[in-house]
Amino acid sequence: MRARPGVLFVVLLGGLLLVDLTAKLAGVGLGPIGGSLSVDRLGSNLWNGIVIGLVIGLAGIGLSMTYSILSFANFSHGDLVSVGAFSGWGVAFLIAGFGDVPVRALLTVRDAGSASPGDIGAHILTTPAAILVGLLAAFVVTALLAVALDRAFYKPMRDRDGIALLIASIGAALVVRYLLQFGYGSDRRGVTASVDASNLAFGPLGLSVNAHELTILVAALGLMLAMHGMLQHTKLGTAMRAMADNKDLALITGIPAERVVTATWIIGGGLAGASGYLYVLLRGTIQFDFGWLLLLLIFAAVILGGIGSVYGAIVGGLVIGVVFTTSTIWIPSDFNQAAAFAVMILMLLLRPEGLFGGVSTT
Amino acid sequence: MSDPDASDDSASTSGDPAPASDPPESVTAALVEAARESDLGLVVGTLLAVYAAATLLTFTDGLNSVVGLLETLTFLGLVYALTALALNLQWGYTGLFNIGVAGFMAVGVYTMGMVVRSPDPAFGPPGLGLPLPVGVLAGMGMAALLGALAALPALRLKADYLAIVTLGLSEIIRLSLQSSAFDTFLRETIGAGTGGGRGMGMPDNPVRGLFLVDGQAGNPTALGDLVFGVFGTDGLGIAHPILIGWGYIAVLAGFLIGFYLLLERLGRSPFGRTMKAIREDELVANSLGKDVNLVKIKVFVIGCALMGLAGILWFGSQGNVSPTPQFRPLLTFYVFIAVIIGGSGSNTGSVLGGIVFAAVLFEGPRRVGGAVRGLIDAETPASFADAVASLDPVTFLAYATDNVAPLQFVFLGLVLVFIIHRRPEGILGDRIETAAAVDLSERPAGGESDE
Repeated sequence: MRARPGVLFVVLLGGLLLVDLTAKLAGVGLGPIGGSLSVDRLGSNLWNGIVIGLVIGLAGIGLSMTYSILSFANFSHGDLVSVGAFSGWGVAFLIAGFGDVPVRALLTVRDAGSASPGDIGAHILTTPAAILVGLLAAFVVTALLAVALDRAFYKPMRDRDGIALLIASIGAALVVRYLLQFGYGSDRRGVTASVDASNLAFGPLGLSVNAHELTILVAALGLMLAMHGMLQHTKLGTAMRAMADNKDLALITGIPAERVVTATWIIGGGLAGASGYLYVLLRGTIQFDFGWLLLLLIFAAVILGGIGSVYGAIVGGLVIGVVFTTSTIWIPSDFNQAAAFAVMILMLLLRPEGLFGGVSTT
Repeated sequence: MSDPDASDDSASTSGDPAPASDPPESVTAALVEAARESDLGLVVGTLLAVYAAATLLTFTDGLNSVVGLLETLTFLGLVYALTALALNLQWGYTGLFNIGVAGFMAVGVYTMGMVVRSPDPAFGPPGLGLPLPVGVLAGMGMAALLGALAALPALRLKADYLAIVTLGLSEIIRLSLQSSAFDTFLRETIGAGTGGGRGMGMPDNPVRGLFLVDGQAGNPTALGDLVFGVFGTDGLGIAHPILIGWGYIAVLAGFLIGFYLLLERLGRSPFGRTMKAIREDELVANSLGKDVNLVKIKVFVIGCALMGLAGILWFGSQGNVSPTPQFRPLLTFYVFIAVIIGGSGSNTGSVLGGIVFAAVLFEGPRRVGGAVRGLIDAETPASFADAVASLDPVTFLAYATDNVAPLQFVFLGLVLVFIIHRRPEGILGDRIETAAAVDLSERPAGGESDE
């Protein structure tokens, strides 16, 4: 592939969209190009895209790690995201509403009983401790479940090929998702309480930023920085990068493979759980299969950034998030998810190694 | 044709599997052995076992219920078998891991509906008003066209990437059909719409016209008179829709035989040997001068056309189609489970897998759960937490049997993992027409990239 007409096409298309966007912002209309678009709307689209992108990128880190270290596409990753949301919010509710509301309604995230989100009152401004402990619980519970799934389903087939593992992970996904439905019910329901004056306005940018969005920004960036520190400055991180880079070489140098694999599941699963918890904080609602529906977007982020690259997953998540929200400028809003998938497919066709393809390990 | 794969294959393609086993140890073993010798015997035997179990479950409710349940089970078994056969061509024979099956089925049935529906319907989106056979061909053609498009990534990508691409494609198809903007666009450009999220009604099933004049209930044709008189409310007391359902099952069975013969013929042709060679070792097939890319595209086109036809036969007969939840990726996984149960690479296995999946995994747990629920005299708690808090096993059982659908999926997942762990070759895996034991889908760690 020396001559790359596909890349040229994408560059031309991107340039055209950019010209169109500028024309729209300036309010100039030239035939099909241009139109009108307020800076405020573009700003809020971008901001929403960045917040969603951070959550997707956080979930993508774990998927990318299991992909590179265990060499398979884990289709149960999306359901780990859901597990984190349900377990984390159960704990957050327990702390926020203890005493006022029956425990069973709190732990099942409002499946039992008739308490409304307002009765429980979980919000970062009124019950910050509950929200933070919930985030921690989401990480821990999902990490434990990820390790348990590995022991039960994936460990007996370590030496099998990627497709066999992929099929097993579809089985694991079904088990986890429908146990969630069995335990927590199938209806979509509200989670966070609404609090007056929780929006911070940034006048000059025309942005209105929600307190929960700021929480997500801080939490996601914090977790990503912690991940970076772990990978670059600890022995475990070095071992993980070595395993991802060249498994045989890593084994020969005496890296304890099983310990690294367990650590991968703990970190990857925990981050998936945390991202699910944050996603619910962003959306305000929860449903047993939301993680599964999010999975393809997470895959898109990981593939975009380059499989195996943790930083690529973060960047890929941001790109997918921004595509997801800003594509509505050009296409009907019920196509924004399709647009994100189309970006993923184009990437696989034109540059399968991803944006960060050169550095496949870190 | 003198490539080594061809000579390797000739032993296994010549019919039954190479026996080379020890003499059977008991009478039952001998019977099983004899049944395995005959593909038809195996399929019929499985079907009879399913029928016997279904009859046991419902015989107290009378003949109508029994025949009705058998009709449902047979219909589901046949449509799953049809789809599994199409997938087997792509995955079992050629090793192309396509998990966009639901999307191709949706394209087939939607195209058929849009071509055949009347231009000025009483309700729902308008269509082009062409005859049904044209619609069926158009549906297959459209699915084949998209299959050709989906084959492009298959030429370059490894199996797990292809899986994600095809899954993404099937979701793009589902979201497009769901979109009201796309519906409006199609209505304005070609004059036929998809109906968006509400879906569209399907054209009348011609089989119904065989029994009823113009499909009107209470106005039977000569054939309808005969059949209804013997089996219907005047005879054995079976409801007429069930009898018409059996008529359609006969048509489906005809299509199944057609699919089976086509795939068997394909599998044993020189083209089929090239497919298997690609599955076993793409590099070798390429080195021997086979046009690997062309074969892959052809396989995608044929397989997707068959998936489109299966979608038409399945959902086109169900009155109404809508993109969600009918064409969620879950449908694809059902078909995959059917192929895996039967053993990928075996056509008989796919048929058997379809029947076993539909009866034992798909419909069975619901029916058993419902039957058990009928025996329990307890109120169903509102939620899982209430059921646990009651500390009463009977109440808990009432909750579990009333919510048997999620438990069924859990069971499905466990079965899938179990098969992959213990019997990756499926029930009939020993029949896989294989040339070598090397699995090509394995990704060499740190190998060269696609570029």
